[in-house]
This record gives sequence, structure tokens and C-alpha cells, in this order.
Amino acid sequence: MVQRVLAAGAIPIGKTNLDEFAMGSSTENSAFGPTRNPRDHERVPGGSSGGSAAAVAAGFAPIALGSDTGGSIRQPAALCGVVGVKPTYGLVSRYGLVAFASSLDQIGPFANTVADAALLLEVVAGHDPLDSTSIPAPAPSLTSVLDEGVAGLRVGLITELLGDGIAPDVAARVRAAADALAAAGAEVGEASVPAASYGLSAYYLIAPAEASSNLARYDGVRYGLRVDGATTGEMMDASRTAGFGDEVKRRIMLGTYALSAGYYDAYYGKALKVRTLILRDFAAAYERFDVLLSPTSPTTAFRFGDKVDDPLAMYLNDVCTIPTNLAGHPAMSLPFGEGGDGLPVGVQLLAPAQGEDVMFRAAVVLEEAAR
Amino acid sequence: MTTTESSPFTITSESTGDEWELVVGLEVHCELATATKLFCSCPNAFGDEPNTNVCPVCLGLPGSLPVLNHHAVELAMRIGRALHCEVHPSVFARKNYFYPDMPKDYQVSQYDQPINVDGHLDLADGSRVGIERAHIEEDTGKNTHAGGGGRIHGADYSLVDYNRAGVPLVEIVGRPDIRTPDQAKAYVDELRAILLATGASDAKMEEGSMRVDANVSVRHVGDPTLGTRCEIKNLNSLRSLGRAIEYEARRQVELLESGERVLQETRHWDEEAGRTRPGRSKEEAEDYRYFQEPDLVPLRPAGDWVAAVDAALPTLPAARREALAAAAGVEPTDRGVVIAVDRALDGLAVAAIAAGADAGRVLNHVEHNLATEGAAALDPAHLAELVQLETGGQLTATQAKQVLADMVETGRPPADIAAERGFEAMDTSELAGVLDGIVAANPDAWADLLAAPDGDKRLKKLRGFFTGEVMKATKGQADGKEVNRLLEERRAAGS
Repeated sequence: MVQRVLAAGAIPIGKTNLDEFAMGSSTENSAFGPTRNPRDHERVPGGSSGGSAAAVAAGFAPIALGSDTGGSIRQPAALCGVVGVKPTYGLVSRYGLVAFASSLDQIGPFANTVADAALLLEVVAGHDPLDSTSIPAPAPSLTSVLDEGVAGLRVGLITELLGDGIAPDVAARVRAAADALAAAGAEVGEASVPAASYGLSAYYLIAPAEASSNLARYDGVRYGLRVDGATTGEMMDASRTAGFGDEVKRRIMLGTYALSAGYYDAYYGKALKVRTLILRDFAAAYERFDVLLSPTSPTTAFRFGDKVDDPLAMYLNDVCTIPTNLAGHPAMSLPFGEGGDGLPVGVQLLAPAQGEDVMFRAAVVLEEAAR
Repeated sequence: MTTTESSPFTITSESTGDEWELVVGLEVHCELATATKLFCSCPNAFGDEPNTNVCPVCLGLPGSLPVLNHHAVELAMRIGRALHCEVHPSVFARKNYFYPDMPKDYQVSQYDQPINVDGHLDLADGSRVGIERAHIEEDTGKNTHAGGGGRIHGADYSLVDYNRAGVPLVEIVGRPDIRTPDQAKAYVDELRAILLATGASDAKMEEGSMRVDANVSVRHVGDPTLGTRCEIKNLNSLRSLGRAIEYEARRQVELLESGERVLQETRHWDEEAGRTRPGRSKEEAEDYRYFQEPDLVPLRPAGDWVAAVDAALPTLPAARREALAAAAGVEPTDRGVVIAVDRALDGLAVAAIAAGADAGRVLNHVEHNLATEGAAALDPAHLAELVQLETGGQLTATQAKQVLADMVETGRPPADIAAERGFEAMDTSELAGVLDGIVAANPDAWADLLAAPDGDKRLKKLRGFFTGEVMKATKGQADGKEVNRLLEERRAAGS
């Protein structure tokens, strides 16, 4: 993926900050220290790819890459007021990406404009034989469809993601976005994805379960930090205790528990069933609509320390973004005005698998309307 | 306790008179004979310098991803179909546990949806052993523990070689249908022959490319329920397998007879001590937290791929033994027949016999004189010709052996080689003269031979001595049969 960017002539200027192993929604869980939100330095940039969002928002770089397992591109893009895209699972190769949750992880672009995001996604997308889950098809053409407009496009507002827990000023901006699309010729209606309300619970079993296995290899035997112990087991134990941060340990323990004998069916097994239901509900919604619309994050950027000690409150940040990861579908966040606090609000556009083209067409119209 | 060796194998208690039956299920791991590993392009090679056949994928470096080796799938299907299994759509799963020889601290294996399901293996004695499954998985690396007697506990340090990590394996899980140690050995032997015939594995127990674990339990004869089993590991030869099973069965019967229980555990066979010992004690049951491997997609071999595997399957060893046995007029269990099939020389033997060669001599050559590479390329007509020269008395057994070695090397017909070497059977009168000289030089031995009555075991030894001396004197040119005839003639004459 990096080779594709370099081959296209991009100049790498730095590695951006993120939450440890991409676990977090505020970039406060980083060994390098927190990243500040360029729009308000007292507030978080979102996470986990907060560094990439902040770098683009601050003008350090016109484009950046991040990874999105449950919203880690879209939520920081929303909080920093930039464009962030989570492509269809399998569109961008995961080879070289340090795995968090393999069945959910996807790399995607950050940019200041929809067109720049489309350009970067075109470059990094496409089949890679080194990733068995890579879609065996060439990269879609996105820049060529940007000005096709939304006339006749069917847009659904996800009702489950506009009620409780969503700040009224954020919900208002989403409704305004729907109006803008309607004004441009789209047919706007209300869409229901009932199982989306269980997305968060399912995600916090599936993602930690996969992470508990993916992160097992950091055991001090072959590379990285090693803390000596009297036996191999003690050495592994000491190395992992010293090396991982609290949030990472929390998720490894959650995931280990969810997969354990006697608990698998009640937790991991049930989460997989919810995942199937979410896919089914999205499929039903996409029979009626071409794209869906929702908030990206329930609130605008919050203050440092507000949620870092309350994992559940932090996890709730991803309630709108997680269902798409579970479905493997594409979604993107783009800025659409400001909240009551003057901070950027992101709206989320969702599309069925490999529906990036219609998603980008709607995004261009919203970008125009927000100007 | 007494043991009945013949089928069925039972152990009879001396104290209670109870009859116990042995129940064995074998799990066989075999390394597949692919050029590269299961999920990367590193060479699949044995015995190379440690940690030279490694890459980011098989070292489990962050960011690396597996890509399934299709030839490994093909070989796994060959094994499955040769064992009469159904090929099912399958998925890979992660088996999670921490061990330094496992680069990712999980093993990619198949769990609840294996590729090969529900087959069987028929043994030469007519018995059938069920095959529950034969699934694909990756091998681990290899630990070497320095100090502490080579075991991990008490070792000063451990070294890990990851050359073997990611080598493709098929684990063949047999049903508990085996009832005697001999049957267990026959099963492994037959499985080995199938692995060799299909080209799926080189199946060497000594090098570890075929590894056998035995699940052993005992129960009262007639009891339909299975007893508590122990899994026996570290079985590096067929001999170990047979001894370990027998030892373990007796150990369990003794425990049960004395009112104790058999603990379900892993035990290691100690070949020198001739006993099994409990493995590393497990404080709690292993929980491997299996779940579907998200880095790989489900494996659904197309019907025409399975059909192609079926079509390309070679004639299996059992059928080949039967064909050769029929041609040679012997039993399929005949040693020469078994060896011929083992060395893939059965086709040659059948053709030579069909060309008119004496079957006994053909099998004899296969067993004793054709263990060499290139033997399979011999022209059957040439082998038949050689055997005919031998039976016709134009070549002695020793000469025939030398000519045969030349034939394998050069591919030339035996008559040419024999003529070039100046081989022809020695004249009888010449041979009698040689024997006269040897008798004269060894008067005591000759007197002993004359004094020995028929059936005396010394007689065989003494005959061998004189035959050997004649061979020595004639540099092996003498016809052994003729020498024996002359010896008997003189012995009968009493001089």
C-alpha cells in the first residue's frame, strides 16, 4: 500500500500519532503523548488515527492515511473537520498493517476535500495477492464520477442513529445535510437498520477477541521489548505486562474471556450472530436506498481527560461508525457545518459493498452545500 | 497377567480372571511434500542451517498475512481421497496458546470444519480402521533446550529454529478401532505406504515428517463404553509404537485392577526405560480459544478439482500388493511383495514375471539387490533375461548380483555385461579340484563335517564354512548350488 503511494509520486513527510494498537477514540492512549485538535487545542482530535486527522486539519499535509476498525478514520475526521473514508473491506490491502481486528481493519484516506480523498483512495485500492481477503478486482474509478450529481439518488436517514445519545446540534446538522441532498435532486427518506443498536456490543466482543489473538505474538521471544523472567512463561508475562498499555490490556482480557470455553457461545458466538443480523438489516435498507446518512460521532470534539477514565463513555463515541465495519461496507465522514460550540460536525455517508462511487457522488454535493 | 498375542489381544488378570481389551486411536501428523511452506514462499526443507528458511510471514512479524499454498491443499485432498474421505468446504481456525516455537502464539489449523471427513483404511489382515478427519494445519518451529537434560524445565537457555514453522501438515485422526499393538503398527505402515504412493509426504518417522500419537484405553471385554484414555507421545518408530501401546495397556489394567482410576493425560514414551511417563503436568485444562482465522477465506475446492485429484490418484499400495502377489503366486503379505511395493518396484517385478522370469528370484532381487536409486528404471525384459541366465546356470547368484548392479547403472542388457566381465559358470571338474584343495587344507573341519549327523545344527555352519572358502578361492565365480551339490556328494561318500 505504501509502495503504491510512493509509486504515484507522493512524498512521505512523517509518521502520525495514534492510540496504541489503534485502540481508542481520542489519541490519548499513545506512548508519544496525546495529539491536540487543531480546531481547539484543549480538545481531543478523536481517534485512533487522530494524528492523521490533525495533520490534515492543521495543514501539515494535504492527505494522510489511517486505519479504521470501528471508526478510527471517520470519527477523528469528524472531530477535526476533514474528510475521512473507510473503504469496503478488502478494497485496500492489509499487508503491512499491524493488525488490531483482522476482520474489521481497513486502511483509508484523510483529505481536506472529497476529490483529494477520492484520488488517494484510487491510488491505494486494488487487489493484492499478499492479502487473502483482498477483493480480486482492480481499483474503482472515483475521480471520474465526482461531478455526476445526486439527481434521483435514493438517500436514507438511519432513524436508529438520530435518537438517544446523539447531541441535538449534531442531529440537526445531519437533517440539514439530508435537506441539501434533497435540494440537489435526491429522494430522501427514513431508513431503519434495527440491529445497528446492537453493533457496539457485538463489536466490543469481536474486535477484542481477534485482538487478543493478534497481539499474542508480542511475547518478547523474537522482537520488541523483553523483560527477563525465570522461565519462558514468566518472561512472556513480564514482557507483556510492561509493554502493553491499560486500554490494550483491557481489550486483550475482554477478548480472551469472550473466546474462552464455556463463554464462547454466550459472547463471541452471539456477537457473530448480531453481525449477521446487521448485514441482513443493511441489505434490506439498501434495497430501498442507494446511500444512507447518519452522524459520524454523537458529539463534537470533547476535552482531554473527559472520557479516558470511563471506557464505556469512550466506546459510545463509535456507536455510529461501528455497524459499517461489522458489515464490511464503505462509509465516509465529511464536515458539514458546526455545532453549538463552534466545533466541526461530521456527517456520515454509508453505501453497500463496493458502492464507493455513489458515496463519493453524494459527498461532493454535501461538500458544495457546506461551503 | 497374561497376554494373548494372537487376535484378539486381551489381557487376563491373574487375581480376578477378568479379561481386558485394548482400544487404540491413532493421530498421525505428516509433513506435506510441497516445495514451499503453507502460507509463504519459504522453502519447505529439512536439515538446513537454523533460521535460514524464514520470512516475515512464517516469523509472524507484525503486518504479515498468510496466503494459502494450493499445492498443499491438493496433497491434503490426495490423502483424503486415498483414505476414502469426503472433501468438504472447510475453514481455517486459530488455535491459541503461548509457546516460544510458535511465531504468532497461535497455530493456524482446521477445527470444526476440516477438509477431509469420514473415511477408512483397510489393513492387509482384512480389518478396517475408520478415519474421522484429515485436516490441514501449519507446523511449529523447533526448540532446543541447553542444559537441564534437554527439557524446557531446568534448561539454562533455549534456542528456537523457525525453519519448520509454517511447514504444511495434515493431521489424520483415526477412530478408536484398533485392538492390538500389531494392528496399530500395520495401520501406520499402511498409511505410510499411501503417503509415499500419493507423493503427499516422504513420511519418515525418524526425521519427524511423520509423527504418531496414540490414544490408549482399556475396558472389560464386552463392555461397549470406552475407558479413560491417555495420549502417548514421542513415538519415533513402529517398534516404539507397539511397545508403548502394550506397556500403557498393562499399566492401565494394573491401575484399574487395584481400584485406582486412569487419569486422562498426555504421557511420553521413554524408549530406553521401556515405559511411559506423565508429561508436563497441566494445572488446568488447555483452552485453545479456537475461532475462525480472519486472515484467510473459506476453502471450497471446486468439484472438478476433487474429480481431477481422484483421476490422478495412483493405484494404492493394497491393490498393488494384490496384483504382484497374484502374478508371483504368493500372499499379499509376502515380505518380498511388501518391499517391492514399498520401493515402487512392483511394476518392474510384475513385468519381469510376465516376461517369463522365476517369481521367487525376481522378488529376491527386489528385496536384496535393488535398494539402489534408479532401480525402478530397469528394463523388465533385461531383468527377466538376467533371471533366466541365472536359472539356466549360466550365471551364479553372486555374478548375477554384480551384473544387476551394472544394469541399474548403465541400462545395458545382462548378456553383454556378463560377456564383458568374462562371467560364465565354472566347470564342475574345475570346481571339484578347488574343493579338494580346501578339504586338504582343513582336515579337522572336514572330519567334523563327516562326523555330524543329519539335522545337527553344526552341520549347517560347517557347510557354510566350506562353501565360503570355495567362493573366496574362486572370487565368487563358483555357482553356490553346484558347490553344495559337490559337498553333499563327498559327504555321502564319507571321504
